[in-house]
Amino acid sequence: MKTSRSREVRPSGWYAAPLVMFFALFAVLPLGLVFYLSFTNYDPLFEPQWTGADNWERLREDTNAWDALWRTFLIGGICWAVQTPIALLIGVWSAGPQKNRAVLSSLFFLPLLMSTAAIALLWRRSFDVHAGWTATLPVIGDLDFLGNPDIVLYTVVFAVSWQYIPFHTLLYQSAARTIPGVLYEAATLDGAGRIQQFFRITLPQLRYTVITSTVLMIVGSLTTFDTVLLLTDGGPGQASRILPLHMYITGFRGFEAGYASTIAVVLVLLGALLSLAMVKVTGFRSMESQQEGL
Amino acid sequence: MRNTRTRLTAAAIGVGLLTSLAACGDDGGAGDASSIRIWALEDGVVNEVQTASIERFNEGSDVEAELQVYANDPYKERLRTALGSDSAPDIFFNWGGGNLKQYVDAGSVRDLTAVFEENPEFKEKFIPSVLEVGNIDGKYYGVPARGTQPVVLYYNKAVFEDAGVEPPQTWDDLMALVETFQDEGVTPIALAGSQAWTELMWIEYILDRQAGPEVFQAIRDGEEGAWEQPEVLEALTMLEELIDAGGFGDEFASVGYDEGGASSILASGDAAMHLMGTWEYTNQLGESPEFVEAGDLGYVPFPAIEGGAGDPSNLVGNPANLYSVTEASGNPEAAEDYLVEQMASDEWVDELIEIGDVPVVVGIEDKLAETDNADHATWLYDLVLNSASFQLSWDQDLPADEATLMLEQLTALFLGDQTPEGFVDTMAGS
Repeated sequence: MKTSRSREVRPSGWYAAPLVMFFALFAVLPLGLVFYLSFTNYDPLFEPQWTGADNWERLREDTNAWDALWRTFLIGGICWAVQTPIALLIGVWSAGPQKNRAVLSSLFFLPLLMSTAAIALLWRRSFDVHAGWTATLPVIGDLDFLGNPDIVLYTVVFAVSWQYIPFHTLLYQSAARTIPGVLYEAATLDGAGRIQQFFRITLPQLRYTVITSTVLMIVGSLTTFDTVLLLTDGGPGQASRILPLHMYITGFRGFEAGYASTIAVVLVLLGALLSLAMVKVTGFRSMESQQEGL
Repeated sequence: MRNTRTRLTAAAIGVGLLTSLAACGDDGGAGDASSIRIWALEDGVVNEVQTASIERFNEGSDVEAELQVYANDPYKERLRTALGSDSAPDIFFNWGGGNLKQYVDAGSVRDLTAVFEENPEFKEKFIPSVLEVGNIDGKYYGVPARGTQPVVLYYNKAVFEDAGVEPPQTWDDLMALVETFQDEGVTPIALAGSQAWTELMWIEYILDRQAGPEVFQAIRDGEEGAWEQPEVLEALTMLEELIDAGGFGDEFASVGYDEGGASSILASGDAAMHLMGTWEYTNQLGESPEFVEAGDLGYVPFPAIEGGAGDPSNLVGNPANLYSVTEASGNPEAAEDYLVEQMASDEWVDELIEIGDVPVVVGIEDKLAETDNADHATWLYDLVLNSASFQLSWDQDLPADEATLMLEQLTALFLGDQTPEGFVDTMAGS
């Protein structure tokens, strides 16, 4: 038949069925359940009891949660500010053709191959005031990286950055490689220096990559959890307790799964709002073009 | 984008699907009569002894027992979710006290009183004060399943000799020692302050020595205004004085208990004292054998407090860990048989002693005296036999949410971010 022939080349809606099913089963359903639980008093030992908006009231007054939220954004912001320039510069540099760069960048990407748990434990041991190797360094060695409430946030930023800069570098590297060489040739003929070329050609060409990388970092910072759990466990005191960790401790150590679900809902909403806002600001088309092939 | 969203959802699922997650990946739930499943903590040496006892049981029984082990924190989560679902084990390891009481209140734990009554010779084998940890509202819900682990004060004899001082017998001695060791350039007390349970040991003992065990009993029984008893504030203030005096140095917040932590600070002589559970001895033996073999690891009970109401023989810590049987068990008789046959048997006791444990059965003085570490083991055994009371660690004795809040308040107090008054107010308002 005519219609079926014309549709032959395009996958029918049914092709998406497995995906939709999985999404419903593993995303929509649990999310709905969490939303329901956020209105209950739920200890896994007993059946959930409906308590109305009690958990939400409690969240409003829970200064620990608000502090944790602030810390979450703070870590996210600093991480972005630290990682973006470094990843951008190294990415652009390693996109070059020279052989030594290939060797160096393959070394540089090593953290990508390590599990988060290994990275967190590595730095936990390294920063130990008594037994870590950083304690033997001059000046730096006097700092209590994990035990000083004023320093610990930066220690977290350092560990997270150490882990993720290579990933973002990879993004920038591959994007920088797609910039047509003729642009640089023309610029050189016009007498533009390297710095000028970077700001006039490279950076504008990489703007969508900057956006993608930023969205990944900001939304990712909302879910950073494993690194902090293993590196500091939110300590000292609560100095590095971020919101996802606050949720975990409430739910799995205090066994207040109902209230923890309330925090989970807030996290989901924040993540969704943030990524929506960023897409809105930067335009859907730019997002789409960057998503291609992923 | 995709990655991030999955992680976000995973976090949500983590909390939302507690029960279903726990149900996943279980090889057959309880309710199966042909086998009994035993859940315990992952601990290589102990697990070997447990496996041996299970093999002995399986030889003489047509029911097959099997052991499943988990790491400490995941175990607590898993157990709680499993007890509320169909995937509960038949026998589970626990710490007794308020924690077990919650499970009992939820109707998940089997009453073992009749088992003890029918087997009086079995009951009489256990040290009575330890057996009471499994006693909830007059009924027994657990059988002691491991060695006793009170908290005691370890010290570095070499460091004490260098300073020309003796281990503390009273609180005033302790405060004076803090000053002495500061002058010597030694951290007076090693503290693994990145983990709140190490800090907890201090307030547990101070309150007990100062006011007696009744004050905390009122708190754990959930009596109205129990946190606001004046003795609690008094004890917290004494602790604050110790912290402010620099008793723990100023770098404790980043020290952990695991390798490279507080134990090695004591062994290296950077610190003079360390308040810790008696597993510290085994730990030191493994991590710093030369320190123990040189005879430099000293141990004394927690100092008395002059004029305090608490008996200086009182102990805090883990009286013993327990095995309890679940209501959901498909074959509770077999589970009970296993406990009665194995938990006081000669083989079990001998093997525990061999790995350095001090079992909580009576009349094993001679056996302990023959071990490699007889001095420590015999001292510890006498300490427990002669203790007037043995308080279970507060974080195990309180409901989980209250315990979590208390530990948070305690770390804040140690960091100077919370006052004793603020601590009491927060706990009273919870």
